[in-house]
This record gives sequence, C-alpha cells and structure tokens, in this order.
Amino acid sequence: MTPFQQIGRATLATLREAGRFALFAGRAVAACFSPPFYLSQIWRQALQIGYFSLPVVGLTAVFIGAALALNIFVGGARFNAESFVPNIVVLGITRELGPVLAGLMLAGRVSAGIAAEMGTMRVTEQIDAMTTLSTDPFRFLVAPRVIAATLCLPLLVIVADIIGVMGGYLVATRSLDFNGAIYIRNTFNFVENADVILGLIKAAAFGFIIAAVGAYQGYNSSGGALGVGRAATNAVVASAVLILASNYLITALYVE
Amino acid sequence: MTAMLELAGLEKTLNRRKVLDGLTLDVAPGKSLVIIGGSGVGKSVTIKSAIGIMRPDAGSVRIDGEDFLALDRVGRERAVRKIGMLFQGGALFDSLTIWENVAFRLLYADSVPRKEARERAVEVMRKVRLAPDFANLRPVELSGGMQKRAALARAIIGAPKLIFFDEPTTGLDPITADAINDLIVEMVKELGSAAVSITHDMASARKIADEIAMIYQGKIIWRGPARDVDASGNAYVDQFVRGSADGPIQAVV
Repeated sequence: MTPFQQIGRATLATLREAGRFALFAGRAVAACFSPPFYLSQIWRQALQIGYFSLPVVGLTAVFIGAALALNIFVGGARFNAESFVPNIVVLGITRELGPVLAGLMLAGRVSAGIAAEMGTMRVTEQIDAMTTLSTDPFRFLVAPRVIAATLCLPLLVIVADIIGVMGGYLVATRSLDFNGAIYIRNTFNFVENADVILGLIKAAAFGFIIAAVGAYQGYNSSGGALGVGRAATNAVVASAVLILASNYLITALYVE
Repeated sequence: MTAMLELAGLEKTLNRRKVLDGLTLDVAPGKSLVIIGGSGVGKSVTIKSAIGIMRPDAGSVRIDGEDFLALDRVGRERAVRKIGMLFQGGALFDSLTIWENVAFRLLYADSVPRKEARERAVEVMRKVRLAPDFANLRPVELSGGMQKRAALARAIIGAPKLIFFDEPTTGLDPITADAINDLIVEMVKELGSAAVSITHDMASARKIADEIAMIYQGKIIWRGPARDVDASGNAYVDQFVRGSADGPIQAVV
C-alpha cells in the first residue's frame, strides 16, 4: 500500500468514526430528553462522577493555583507587575485552568471508568440482556451518565475555582509577602461574571464530552478483555483531545 | 394455530461470511425446540436476530403473529415483554444484587414498587431453588450454577410466552447441568411457554426438547421429534449426535 493510500484509508476511518460518534451523541441527547427517566441512576452517577471526583479536582486546583501565583510573581517581576498576581490567578483559573484541568482529570477518572464498565457489560452480554428486559440501554445507561456529567462538571469547576484561588492566596500570603485582605479584595474586584460563566459553559461541554465519549467507546467495544482495555484507552485519549479542541472553540466564540 | 415464533428466509452476513442463508423455522405455543449445530454455524445469530439484538440482512421475524422487524421502539418494547432469555454466561448485572437482577424488568420496565418487586423476585427465586438468603448477594458471590438459576429466574419473572435458552448448561458440571435442565423443563411446562434453546450438549437437548432442529451453513438441514434424533437418516445429524470427527462436517480446529 502506498503512503497516499494509507493516508486516505486513515482519513476515511477517522471520518467514519466521527460520523458514528455524532450519531451516537445525537441518540444520547434524545435519550436525555425523552421518558422514561431513571432518576435513581442519574443520582447514582452524580455521586460517582461528581462527589467522588471532588478530591482529585480539589488537589489539582490547589497546586495549580499555587504554582500559577509563583510563576506570575516571577514573570511579573520582569516588568514591575508583581502586584497583578491575584488578578491573573483568578482570571487564569476561572476562564481556563479550572475547567480544562478538571475536564482532563475527569477524562482519566470518569471517561475511562464509563468505557470500562459499559465495555464489560457489552462483552458479557449484559447490555443485550437489558434489551430483552424491555429496557432501552440508551435511556438506562447512557442518558444518566451524560446528564450527571454535564450537570456535575460545572459544580466541580466552581469548587476548583475557589480552591485554585485559595492555592494562589496561600502562596502569595505565606511566601510572597502579599497582604491577605488586599489579595482577596483585588481578586473580587477584578473577576467578572463573564469570566466565571465562560468557565461554567466550558465545564458543561466537557462533561458532555467525557460521558458521551466514554459511553460510545464502551457501548461499541468488542473482543473481550483486550477490547475493553482498548475502549478505556481510546476514551481517555479522545476525551482529552476533544476537550482541548472544544476549549479553543468555545473561547474563540465567547471572545467574539 | 398461530406459531409463537416464525423465522422466514433469514440472511445475515458478518465479516464477509454468510452466517445465515435463508434460515426458516417456527415454534408452536407450548412446544420446546432445541437447535443443535457446531460452533460458528449461526445458532447464536439466529437467536439474536429473533429477539432484536441483531438485525438480519433479509427475511422476517414474527413473534405471536406480529412482524417484529416492522415494529417501532414502543411496539418492540411491548413485543419483548412476551420474551424471556437465558444468556450463556447468565449476563447478570454486576452492580445489582440478585433480587434486583431477578426483578429488573419489574423495577425498570414495569415501575413496580421495590417492596412488591422484591417479594415477587424472592418467590420466583424459590421456584428455581435459589434460597431467599441469596437475595442480597451480588452475582460475583454466587457459583456458576447459582448464577444460572438467578438468570433463569430473571428470564421467567414476567411469565413470557416465548423463552430462549442460549447454551443453558455450558460451563456447568454434569449434575448441576442436569438440575438446570430439569428446571427448564419444569418452568416451561408451568408457564405453558414456547421454548427455543441452542446447545452443543446432546444430553441437554434430549431432556428439554420436544423437537430438535440441526443448523448447518446457515440453514436448517434437519428437523424432527427429539426421539428420532438417533435415527434421523441424515449424515450430518448422525455425525453430530455421535460426536465424531469422521463425516461430512469438517471440524474447525
């Protein structure tokens, strides 16, 4: 096979996969808005995706906020702008790092988990069994995960924003001789509703991506343990790439 | 009398290989048909096509006189209520307890309150000789035979008019396999359901079948009463029943 043929084949395969995912995502959205709604499943997934992700998101946010404060202080010193640490920390966390890092952490924790769980259900015929029990797997399995992730990620990002800013505050007041009250006042004076809203819009989009990609990979897995492992890996990689790409798109649309 | 299940001219190609090639069969209400055949001849694809998990490329599926493939989602969900299915590996839901597995249809398709669903699940568990003590355990905590009993209980809790059994005794020791066969015969008689089973296990086939059909290269090549299977006059059936490598069927190794 010539290199051109290989490129052509890879391009067609990518487009085919993108088309399949788009159809799957459309069916998932339709399942989210049509009865029956399995509230107990949505609640269970909200706990799994939201509540149990709090530690990993919180730890990530505090360290990122702290490192960001240090870097901005060092960089700002080059043009006498050290005092802008609180302003840039809150801007960076709310608009960019909070949603993106929470999204990437959940791509690893949640998307892979969904793919592995649903992949195992697929290869052990549990999804087929569900169909024979008059229960639509899209409504019972996919929709609750998509709804829970889309609603929970913005809440996690609010927590990440607060903890990230606190990380910056701790470093600034303990190591960089900032006055605590002034740091907090500057943070609140500088941040705008639009900054927080942008972060929350991104978070909702990332939540949808994480759940939909994980479910897509798991639902379509085949080939036993190997297939389930491949589904989990693909879910992490595809979620991460889609999160970063959509992050740029949403930012560009919002800025315009 | 309308057949409970009618498959006509089913065709299915998978990975460029024709798995079903015009397969036709029917099962009357209250009768038990066992489909035998080697690995990869299309037994599982036949069942998956009949219950809507797989869509055949051509042909028709009628369940209780209704054209199953022409139904919309709501119609299919209604038609599926007439069906029960025992999967080869049990296919119990790992995340649920045994009683929740057994009562899954009641809880999530029929919206039966949990207390009532649990009572009905325990009642059906008793029928398949599964003690109520197991109700709160997870599937992973049960033996293979127990899991099969739980899966059987789940398949029959809705009193289906048509039950499918996919390799019901695979992976079980002979005594447990015989106990499962007895349960299948008992449950099918009690419910008055039609049953379609696929198996390699001739002991199981002889015990649970009113009729036996043999599938080969995507078609039914012989069908007759279970008592006639040893004198079928068909070289393929004879070879399969004898379990011999010598004959018209080439072993896939």
